[in-house]
Amino acid sequence: MGATDTTTLRPTRRSILARLPLVHQVRQSMGLQRGMLVAGLVITALFVLTAILAPLLAPYGYSQLRDTAGAFGAQQAPGGAHLLGTTVGGYDVLSRVLWGAQTALFVIVVAVVLSLFAGVLLGLLSGYFGGWLDRVLVVMCDAVYAFPSLLLAIVMSIVISGGKSDLVGGVMAAAISITVVFIPQYFRVIRAETVRIKAEAYVESARVLGASNGRIMFRHVLRNATRTLPLIFTLNSSEAILTLAGLGFLGFGIEPTAASEWGYDLNKALSDVTSGIWWTSLFPGLAIVLVVMGITLVGESLNDLADPRLRGRRAVGATSGLVAETSVVPGGTLTAGPVGLAGLEIAAHPPLHPGDDSEANR
Amino acid sequence: MSDTRNRETVLSINDLGVSFSTDAGAVRAVDGVTLSVRRGEVLAIVGESGSGKTVTAKTILGLLPETAVSDGAVILSSRTGQDSNNVIALSRKRLRQVRGTDVSMVFQEPSTALNPVYTVGWQIMEGIRAHGGVSRADARAKAIEILGRVGIPDPETRIDYYPHQFSGGQKQRVVIAMALVLEPGLIVADEPTTALDVTVQAEILDLLRRCRDEFGAAIVLITHNMGVVADLADRVAVMYQGKVVEEADAATLFTNPQNEYTQKLLAAVPYVGQGVVRAAARAEARTGQWSAQAPVVVADNLRIQYPGRFGRPGFVAVDGVSFAIRPGEVLGLVGESGSGKTTIGRAIAGLTRVTDGSLSVLGHEMNGFRERKFKPLRSQIGFVFQDPASSFNPLLTIAECVAEPLVVHGRADSARGARARVDELLEAVQLPRAFGDRYPHELSGGQRQRASLARALALEPALLIADEPTSALDVSVQARVLELFAELQREFGFAALFISHDLAVVDILADRIAVLYHGHLVEEGTGAEVLGSPRDPYTRRLLASLPVPDPAAQALRREELAKLRAAE
Repeated sequence: MGATDTTTLRPTRRSILARLPLVHQVRQSMGLQRGMLVAGLVITALFVLTAILAPLLAPYGYSQLRDTAGAFGAQQAPGGAHLLGTTVGGYDVLSRVLWGAQTALFVIVVAVVLSLFAGVLLGLLSGYFGGWLDRVLVVMCDAVYAFPSLLLAIVMSIVISGGKSDLVGGVMAAAISITVVFIPQYFRVIRAETVRIKAEAYVESARVLGASNGRIMFRHVLRNATRTLPLIFTLNSSEAILTLAGLGFLGFGIEPTAASEWGYDLNKALSDVTSGIWWTSLFPGLAIVLVVMGITLVGESLNDLADPRLRGRRAVGATSGLVAETSVVPGGTLTAGPVGLAGLEIAAHPPLHPGDDSEANR
Repeated sequence: MSDTRNRETVLSINDLGVSFSTDAGAVRAVDGVTLSVRRGEVLAIVGESGSGKTVTAKTILGLLPETAVSDGAVILSSRTGQDSNNVIALSRKRLRQVRGTDVSMVFQEPSTALNPVYTVGWQIMEGIRAHGGVSRADARAKAIEILGRVGIPDPETRIDYYPHQFSGGQKQRVVIAMALVLEPGLIVADEPTTALDVTVQAEILDLLRRCRDEFGAAIVLITHNMGVVADLADRVAVMYQGKVVEEADAATLFTNPQNEYTQKLLAAVPYVGQGVVRAAARAEARTGQWSAQAPVVVADNLRIQYPGRFGRPGFVAVDGVSFAIRPGEVLGLVGESGSGKTTIGRAIAGLTRVTDGSLSVLGHEMNGFRERKFKPLRSQIGFVFQDPASSFNPLLTIAECVAEPLVVHGRADSARGARARVDELLEAVQLPRAFGDRYPHELSGGQRQRASLARALALEPALLIADEPTSALDVSVQARVLELFAELQREFGFAALFISHDLAVVDILADRIAVLYHGHLVEEGTGAEVLGSPRDPYTRRLLASLPVPDPAAQALRREELAKLRAAE
């Protein structure tokens, strides 16, 4: 009840551009929320661009130790040919940081896509059918939760690749170990949503119609259950980077000759810190912090914007606004007669001021 | 002169305007409302949902959300009349002092207005102690006293009960006790009886009347039920789209409404006795062979039990119920919440399992039912759900939703292929074709419920089950949907089970009426029989509890009900 329940307040159709996922949220946000979202988007975009353009941006290869002028030399201070110096192993720090973005993005994409599909499917089946399948899956997911995620990732990486390997093997090992840790999160969320939606009247209505289980699950339940996925998706991405860096730091990462990896570089820079060589640890560390912060900012902002109670709105003037057209048949009840569509048509198109970012009916 | 008038008036609202900031920009919910309430008077604010009545009421307590901006003045005077405040301009601290002592609120849903983890005594005492210097013992004594006065038996022990240990009506009594305990001059009651059964509603209305007579409190009653208004109100303000369109004392408003909207609103209110003529005409049109036809639904000693928790017996929702629905006949099923009426409807649709007895639907036995065998019959059954808002998949357009039964049963290969038939159906339920391209949230409640009817009728079913199809709708919209239902029933000739808690609504449509009480069928017969000369005491009480939209007639009925209760 009240003005927020303006059932016939019909938003004008937004343009396709404005309906794109992130563009829509940016337009919808305001104030600090918009600042956070935009900052997060900018950092994330920079990260993705760096990853894609790493071959062009990086002055050297990730495993390059020498150029035409000879070997780089170990632990060179920033400046000259090496803007950010070189590592103890003789690699160029800037190149390693830029190439590292590529590895990180690769791992995020593989890990999140794998866990997304497996988690969503299992959650849907478990929530919809219930019974013993549900109980077994829930117990298994709880068991996965009980392990420290990094420990589990280490075990998985040993199982999958014996600890170390080349680019694809190393990335897959890291990605699959992260997948195992993340499946329960998607599973839990989708299962909870499915259980809720299963009791909704439109699912019952589909059952009364005699729709098959598959049709109900994928047409009616799944599409309505995926609302919170983008949030977990972004938050998991940042966690995936941390897990990958943690694996690398502990020495279960990818060989420096196979790919560049920030956690591995940090591990090798450990002894440098005490001898005053700051550049080998600072820049990979900074890269991790920046990317995690960027993605987390996006995730948190999306979370706030998705909830009307947390979403900021522009203040209104005391006497502004139109009276909401809330009546179904304006001014009357039965006068429109049995076939009186005239009244309905008027109610359906209330005089609306052009506000294209309207979401009154969500 | 003005001083005495001030003392007489508890509340005066002057040119109140409230705007909300929404994602769609500013929306004005209340527009230039001017009202006043005298001491010991009941002012009813009526109107359909979205008319701004609840927002007006919340302004009186300063309970508007942060997104709201208000202007105008809401002058509230204290009980003694010494002091008056403009609620809109009050600081938060002063507002807290005013709430509870000068004005208090009774909420719509008693089960959510009480905190389940504290005893009711604690919750009443919290209000007393928030307003200063009362010892624990004194507060407790006061809480016990007030519980006794609102009619909770044995208040000394029940003060330590938790909310779930009370029935719905008793919970509402506790909520009213909380509102009364500091003896405020004004109580704002927002739909205080909407969540309650008719028989309980009558008792709560009695209690509210006592609030006025014994406690001397003025009441602002927000409701959409004209019967409740006729029962309780001294004066009535009718709101429409944020404005007060008419204000008069109750007797005048009901006998001689001036505003066009008020007249239509009153005309749309269903009353018992409307459908008798129509039902008789339908009965006469039937030939002798009709009664020899095989019934669509036959229930014989039907029993439905919900499984209990481990080690506990289950809950018996329906017990020993027998009835039959013949082709083309509308059976109205009436009962209060928990009487098992919805369970019966769900069992017929194969959504709930039958425990014992026999239920035959279109010749198929539902006891020990198998989904695979029943599936072909599903095209013969339509179902209209109670809440039009949730019975449509929010991500599909109306046309896709209506086409769903056609696609599922192979009458069309896709939603697009079924579009021609969908357009026909939408026109049959008086919706413009263009509405098919809209999403459910872009339609109003009444429009959605008509689309729901279109979906139920898509396969031209032999049986339609309508579970409280109009209880989520406003009175004016309800009248249209009911009329449409009757028209479609004439046209398509389907048999129907019409489930409702409202006798007057059932009376309009049903050929026969069955009354359920605690899972038992207490009475069954034609509308004239059941409503004209009820045999069962429960039916009699149900009928007497139903408030009629006429203050004079309602006063008589009230006495009748009191006699009935005394006789029991």
